Amino acid sequence: MSLVIKNLCKHFDNSENATLNEINLEVQSGEFVCIVGASGCGKSTLLNLVAGLITPTSGQILLDGKEITGPGADRTVMFQEHGLYPWLNVIENVKFGLKLAGASKEEQEEKAMHYLEMVNLSEYRDYPIHQISGGMRQRTALARALTMDSAVLLMDEPFSALDKQTSNRLREELQRIWMETKRTILFITHSVEEAVYLGDRVVVLTPGSEKEMDIVEIGLERPRHVYSPEFVELRHRILEEIRGEAI
Amino acid sequence: MGVIIFLCILIAVWQGFYWVSVDLLALCKPYSVPSPIGVGERFIELCSNGTLLEATGNSLLRGIAGYLIAVVIGLILGLVMNHFKYLQKNLKPVVLGVQTLPSVCWVPFSILWFGLSTQAILFVVVMGAAFSIAIAVDNAIKNVQPIYLKAALTMGAGKRQLYWHVILPASLPELVSGLKQGWSFAWRALMAGEVMTTSIGLGQTLIMGRDLADINQVMLVMLVIVIVGIVIDKCIFSVIEKRLLTKRGLWTAQ
Repeated sequence: MSLVIKNLCKHFDNSENATLNEINLEVQSGEFVCIVGASGCGKSTLLNLVAGLITPTSGQILLDGKEITGPGADRTVMFQEHGLYPWLNVIENVKFGLKLAGASKEEQEEKAMHYLEMVNLSEYRDYPIHQISGGMRQRTALARALTMDSAVLLMDEPFSALDKQTSNRLREELQRIWMETKRTILFITHSVEEAVYLGDRVVVLTPGSEKEMDIVEIGLERPRHVYSPEFVELRHRILEEIRGEAI
Repeated sequence: MGVIIFLCILIAVWQGFYWVSVDLLALCKPYSVPSPIGVGERFIELCSNGTLLEATGNSLLRGIAGYLIAVVIGLILGLVMNHFKYLQKNLKPVVLGVQTLPSVCWVPFSILWFGLSTQAILFVVVMGAAFSIAIAVDNAIKNVQPIYLKAALTMGAGKRQLYWHVILPASLPELVSGLKQGWSFAWRALMAGEVMTTSIGLGQTLIMGRDLADINQVMLVMLVIVIVGIVIDKCIFSVIEKRLLTKRGLWTAQ
């Protein structure tokens, strides 16, 4: 599996959405790639393009050599706002994608429980969505996304609507889950700390500067510690890149 | 319980008003003021000769038949209007316009087409309710949160699955309140249709009361119309609505 983004550009007729210019990126199987940038730099636009929810102005996105033309189950998205269905309970939400794919009842049940256990929510399987906390909702959304066995899992600031403690806890769990499952993940965030903590590589979007983007290899051992000198230095370096742009 | 006491007080005040204004001071003519006792007597009379039951039954049957036709037409029209951009842009304003037409305005048209028949009444009911249902369907679908659709699309949902597994359940609460409103339009339109015909029904009984200068009968029929409307609303639509909203944690005890 590989995801290849070639000379990707996206312009909008209105000026509300960020434009993207000349994005080039290759994501290998099992890799965790984070994308950071100042707000309005086009992070979400990039993710929506890969998801196939919008179409590029020019350039290509290839998944295993095939061009992306629309949304599909091979590129499941986990959103900032969980996007769970309030008319279904926790486990029914997790089963949703499997049901669409026509999986048997037993398979739905088995897979859903497997991932609910992975996100520590198996006890809450029959709870309605409105009775669980924001953090639990994001765990449910994560379990639902994991059931899809997507070639690439796209995550659009999944923890940024949560309080700091919850979001720190969830990113630790995401790291553990990634180490267990070795999924390919493209993770959008505005938090440089989160990006350095999670990513194998961090893509820094700096539109308007000489080069539209920069790719930073993290190369730190996992589990990582946010106060280690190497971590602080990397974080500082990326923040400088973004800040230089913002001014 | 509180409501029952309040209604008893209301009826007592009404009866008191009748005694003072008609019996005591003779300010009003007896045929121009209904009284609870008079209405009660007419109720017993019309019940015992079966008129009231037959009229209510006929009206309900017509109302339900017309309403069901209106629901089918409204659902199809709403879906089609929502699905095709061209119709959304051009047909919807027309439907919105027609919907503002009071249902009684369809009566002359309907008589010219169908004569003084049951079809004529049904036509008025359908015209009175179908457009409001169509607009409610269109709005309910439009108000589905985009994230629900996006999530399903990136889990591989096809068009039909999107409608069946996402759009339908997501829009259901709004759809039900649209259908509820459609029923109240249908019920009103039914009365507009029935007052012009001679076949037995609540509307016709109402007009008969007028022709006989029997204000108690007029009042009685009006009350029956109100009560049937309330019963259907509370026993069917409100129950479904409450159940849907409770399941989604959106119901707040009022």
